[in-house]
Amino acid sequence: METFLSARHITKQYAHHTALSDVSIEVPRGKIFGLLGPNGAGKTTLIRIINRITAPDSGEILFDGRPFTANDVAQIGYLPEERGLYKKMKVGEQAIYLAQLKGLSAKEARSRLTEWFNRFEIMPWWDKKLEELSKGMQQKVQFIITVLHEPPLLIFDEPFSGFDPVNAELLKQEILRLRNKGHTVIFSTHNMSSVEEVCDEIALINQSKVVLSGNVHDVKRQFRTDRFELTCTEKIPDWSDIYSIAEHKEIANAHHYILNKKAPATNSEFIAHLAQQTEVRAFCEQMPSMHDIFLKVVNAK
Amino acid sequence: MNKILIIVRREFMTRVAKRSFILLTILMPFIFAALIFLPIWLSSVEGDEVGTVMLVDKTGRYGASLLGNPSYNFVPVAENKDEFYAEESDVEAVLCINGELHKDPTAVALYSSQEIPADLLTFTTAALNEQVRKDKLQSHNIPGLEHIIKDVESTFSIPTIKRDVAGEESASSTDVAMLTGYLFTLLIYIFVIAYGGMVMQSVIEEKTGRIVELMVSSVKPFQLMMGKIIGVALVGIVQLAIWGMMLAAIIFAAQLLFGVDVSAGTTPSMVGGAMVPPTESMSGGNEILSAIMGLPFLEIVIMFILYFIGGYLLYASFFAAVGASINSQEDSSQFMTPVILIILFGFYAAMFSMENTNGPLAFWTSIFPLTSPIVMMIRIPFGVPLWQELLSLFLLFGTALLFVYIGAKIYRVGILMYGKKPSIREMLKWVRYK
Repeated sequence: METFLSARHITKQYAHHTALSDVSIEVPRGKIFGLLGPNGAGKTTLIRIINRITAPDSGEILFDGRPFTANDVAQIGYLPEERGLYKKMKVGEQAIYLAQLKGLSAKEARSRLTEWFNRFEIMPWWDKKLEELSKGMQQKVQFIITVLHEPPLLIFDEPFSGFDPVNAELLKQEILRLRNKGHTVIFSTHNMSSVEEVCDEIALINQSKVVLSGNVHDVKRQFRTDRFELTCTEKIPDWSDIYSIAEHKEIANAHHYILNKKAPATNSEFIAHLAQQTEVRAFCEQMPSMHDIFLKVVNAK
Repeated sequence: MNKILIIVRREFMTRVAKRSFILLTILMPFIFAALIFLPIWLSSVEGDEVGTVMLVDKTGRYGASLLGNPSYNFVPVAENKDEFYAEESDVEAVLCINGELHKDPTAVALYSSQEIPADLLTFTTAALNEQVRKDKLQSHNIPGLEHIIKDVESTFSIPTIKRDVAGEESASSTDVAMLTGYLFTLLIYIFVIAYGGMVMQSVIEEKTGRIVELMVSSVKPFQLMMGKIIGVALVGIVQLAIWGMMLAAIIFAAQLLFGVDVSAGTTPSMVGGAMVPPTESMSGGNEILSAIMGLPFLEIVIMFILYFIGGYLLYASFFAAVGASINSQEDSSQFMTPVILIILFGFYAAMFSMENTNGPLAFWTSIFPLTSPIVMMIRIPFGVPLWQELLSLFLLFGTALLFVYIGAKIYRVGILMYGKKPSIREMLKWVRYK
């Protein structure tokens, strides 16, 4: 897996607190990287450093394998958490202006914008002032502006906040589509369900440090609780070397169990053991949700 | 660099393309002229009502001299009565003269139930003085004295002429120089405040509208700030150019219509003639025209541009830094008040420097960079030694660049700081941030 952007030993201190302390992350190319953490953990500071809005006190950013330079900001599309555009400016004009600042020519910006506006079916908004649009519509416009210059790296800070479920779904599909087109995406959120649906990799920042990082599946495996759901036709013995029973229900001639695996057996050995006792109808491991992991890690501190 | 241009263009276009800008630019000279001439015109309009003043003249010799005032009618009566002072009485005042005034100046009094209007008192005093003067002259019994006095009192005005080393002479006029200086000082004063304020407004708008984070992810804060400052400056320059062209067109039109005389008279009155009433020396249109031609125009225009740029840069970067540091318009007063005071001080210093453009006040305030753009413009039409101009400009531009540097540092940190209003000490700390 090739790394597209890596932050190495980033430290940033403000007058009264440390925002980031020796933070390192590796963002793989063409993946969606979730930056998680409670409010005030330092996510936005890290994002601002990656956007070159602020400079770190120490540490370095490698962009596409080489040291990060000022010109690289044209390679980034950034959707800040606090959305805002020029209220008095017309939507189309404004989008072209911002695209030009990212290095597109006015002509190119116009043609790409027309394409996006047609796709989102918002062409009639072109000559409207931003303040005439509803908040959700403004968010859509801002999303288009973020991705218009087709940057290899996209950074979304809390992208789903302020979107209704319909538009949030639309946005999620767009993000996945962009990933599939080869863009690398970093997005910060504390909406954990979206992390499971969207992210390939995560880093969890808490109190200015990275406390957890890696592939979403690996992280989940790391936090597995060895709890299993079993549905079978006959009762299984209450005592076993391999498991203990946490819950037992009998519904319509079927037994539903929640089991805790005790011994260091593999899942295959476990199911083989169970199969000897009873006719297995369903067997599955209860994987921890990102939500649980998040709470566990953050509260452990 | 290219990005600054894109920002400059937007800042410029969004302002200039506004209907209100176009209207205001065209109407402003007329509004300005109206503000100056309307009060003059209004005060020259006589009231329709004619006040009645009872004249109790024991001598009977002053009635004639009090005739002919359009606002007051003097009615001779035998004696002062209480009913004159009744609420419903329309008698404005009662003038009692009890003796010959050239012998006893205290034998007169003006009675009224209210305060005496100033114009009535002025008129009465002047009329009686004139009569007393005549009577006094008469009492000396010298034939032809009237003419002798007139001859002695004749006034004359001194022509002022500029002469350089080569003996080249040109007509000059202190009044024209003062007016020219005043005009340019006023322009710099108004522009620094109005356009500096516009920069601050715009920075606050970007900050509170949360646009700024998006912007600084594309451009450097310095580029954003400079783009804004330059863009707004261009708006000001365009506005000045339009006014300059309008003025030229008016002069040209006046020349076509009335000949040279009027055109020469138009210029000073356009620039605020009300502040310095036209004196006798200015009555001749050709004299004024030649006096205007005698001014070092090229120097004035070049210096105006330089001081405008320097002064604007200095104050605009200050305003930008303030705008970036605060969270709403209301917070600005803490920082604005001292600055407005300094600018106002400069303006008053300029006004008082008019009397003596080489005095210590004029000298020091035109060297001090915070006031020099305003004060120096008053002095230049009178001629300023080159070394003073250069020293002043050097200090101005040095300070302006320092302000841009510090302003940019504060701006860069301030625009991303939300929450409580920072103290000055915190802002200075921002300057040292990496």
